Amino acid sequence: MTTTTWERFKDSSFYWSFRRDKVAVASLAVLCVFVAASLLAPLIAPYNPYDPTQIDLMDSEMPPVWIAEGDGRFLLGTDGQGRDLLSTILYGTRISLTIGICAVILQAILGVSIGLVAGYRGGRLDNFLMRVADIQLSFSTLMVAIIVLAVFQGLFGTELYERLAILMLILVIGIAEWPQYARTVRASVLAEKKKEYVDAVRVIGLGPMRIMFRHILPNTLSPLLVISTLQIANAIVTEAALSFLGLGMPVTKPSLGSLINSGFEFILSGVWWITIIPGVVLIILVLVMNLLGDFMRDVLNPKLYKE
Amino acid sequence: MFAFLVKRVIQAIIVMLVISVIAFSIQDNLGDPLRELVGQSVSEAERQKLRDKLGLNDPFLVQYWRFLKKALHGDLGTSYFFKRPAAEVILDKLPATLELVFGATIIIVVFSVPTGVFTAIYPMHWLSRFAMGVSIVGISIPVFLTAIMLIYVFAVQLGWLPSFGRGDTVLVYGWSTGFLTKDGLVHLILPCIALSSIILPLFIRLIRAEMLEVLESEYVKFAWAKGLSRRRIWFLHALKNTLLPVITVGGVQIGTLIAYTILTETVFQWPGMGFLFLEAVNRVDTPLIIAYLIVVGLIFVITNTVVDLIYGLVNPTVKLARPHGGGE
Repeated sequence: MTTTTWERFKDSSFYWSFRRDKVAVASLAVLCVFVAASLLAPLIAPYNPYDPTQIDLMDSEMPPVWIAEGDGRFLLGTDGQGRDLLSTILYGTRISLTIGICAVILQAILGVSIGLVAGYRGGRLDNFLMRVADIQLSFSTLMVAIIVLAVFQGLFGTELYERLAILMLILVIGIAEWPQYARTVRASVLAEKKKEYVDAVRVIGLGPMRIMFRHILPNTLSPLLVISTLQIANAIVTEAALSFLGLGMPVTKPSLGSLINSGFEFILSGVWWITIIPGVVLIILVLVMNLLGDFMRDVLNPKLYKE
Repeated sequence: MFAFLVKRVIQAIIVMLVISVIAFSIQDNLGDPLRELVGQSVSEAERQKLRDKLGLNDPFLVQYWRFLKKALHGDLGTSYFFKRPAAEVILDKLPATLELVFGATIIIVVFSVPTGVFTAIYPMHWLSRFAMGVSIVGISIPVFLTAIMLIYVFAVQLGWLPSFGRGDTVLVYGWSTGFLTKDGLVHLILPCIALSSIILPLFIRLIRAEMLEVLESEYVKFAWAKGLSRRRIWFLHALKNTLLPVITVGGVQIGTLIAYTILTETVFQWPGMGFLFLEAVNRVDTPLIIAYLIVVGLIFVITNTVVDLIYGLVNPTVKLARPHGGGE
């Protein structure tokens, strides 16, 4: 009998520490619920918020059921356009998670390639790439994203922009954050490069591409895993902030951020649920990811943020 | 030291040039200056003549050079909406934003250092665990949500504090300040708390991590062995070296802080640069967008260069040729 990957994983110290950490287990469980809910949104949501025939403006601004004026049809109440808040949140979480994950995949592809080349080649190229990374990091991602999206909105016009919003958000957040991955990978590559197995494969005569991607990269995966969770949380927050400013998802196809934005105009009149309920969902989603990221950092690589 | 200074300044200039190229290409692509000038009724031939006269048909580099020369003289174009020089419009709003950042910085410094040091000295104390728990929740709440919740609780429900604007301000040497009037101070409270809410927990965690590491180092162990008092070791020897990396991170975070002013100012309708910028975006007021880009870029570059220089001066171990040892 050969041991499967799962069995080896169950024996690992990582799994052991995970089992002992109640916060991490709870966070993972909550995260799974979020992922499942957003995957199954079209099946479990009571209404389809994108279907105008299911929306009645007469139903707008209804409070959740536990408040006296609540309506049994809408568990969490309705938003300013009469959409069921629960369904809109489910679809919104789906959009937020999609953008977060796709943006981080893009960051990882760019950052890992650049980091590998910089670390492996070294010299002037490395110096130049890391300087660029430093400078790019000093301009916060949010700042860069706001400016780029503002300009694109001006160029395209609002209508075309609304159709391209998801793609633009993924591209902007994906491209702006590559230095995080590049620096992490580079630091690991510098350590790996000195090891004997790299000399060995070089002597065998393998090309640099193969050495970098097939031999060095697998040994840099654990710090990457750690920052990935934190990066997805960051990407979701950035997306929410952009949508809140009206530069992200349109109100007709809201993410959590644009939903919060659409509710903000009502909050001064005491209609809190359109803003606060999606807000709490967003906070919990980001919080469990940060907790998981912290847990993994402590277990896998306590010195990740130090070079 | 001099070589280091020159190198950093050259880098700062290159970054500013890149920003100006970006700003110029935005101006080139966004909106038509002719339309703003003459409207619809002018014939195509006259338009072409006017284009030639204004130099809009010149090659990119020639136009860019002209833009750069004007920018260096402080001329960033005229705002379409305000009908005033864009640089002037932006600089009028600068005090509001800087006071917001200043207030938030005070909160961050006053709370992060003691909390960070305490959680590092007594990692197992219930207060430390509580502070760390609160800080991870704090990091997870986006700034605009903190701002909204503050407004809902303190302005809508309790009615204690105002929810928007700057209140009364007084002019001191041409700088309009809200720090000197009671009304101005009251208006500053919520926005400053909101703005500091995301950086404060980051700093607490950073100071804690650095301090923990320093407390493990050889020289601190030696100080214990020498029999120095606890206070002397903690607050004199350890804290000093903890604060070094904090300076670098602080410099990087200024960028984040300015980005977050856009969010905070939007929620609180704070009449600062960030709020102005978003309005300019909605009105496609290109000169104003560009002016904001250049002014903010300048603030970024100057603060980052100054922080790097200070770090190079303060830290005796840094090799001035390559000051970025790493870290976040």
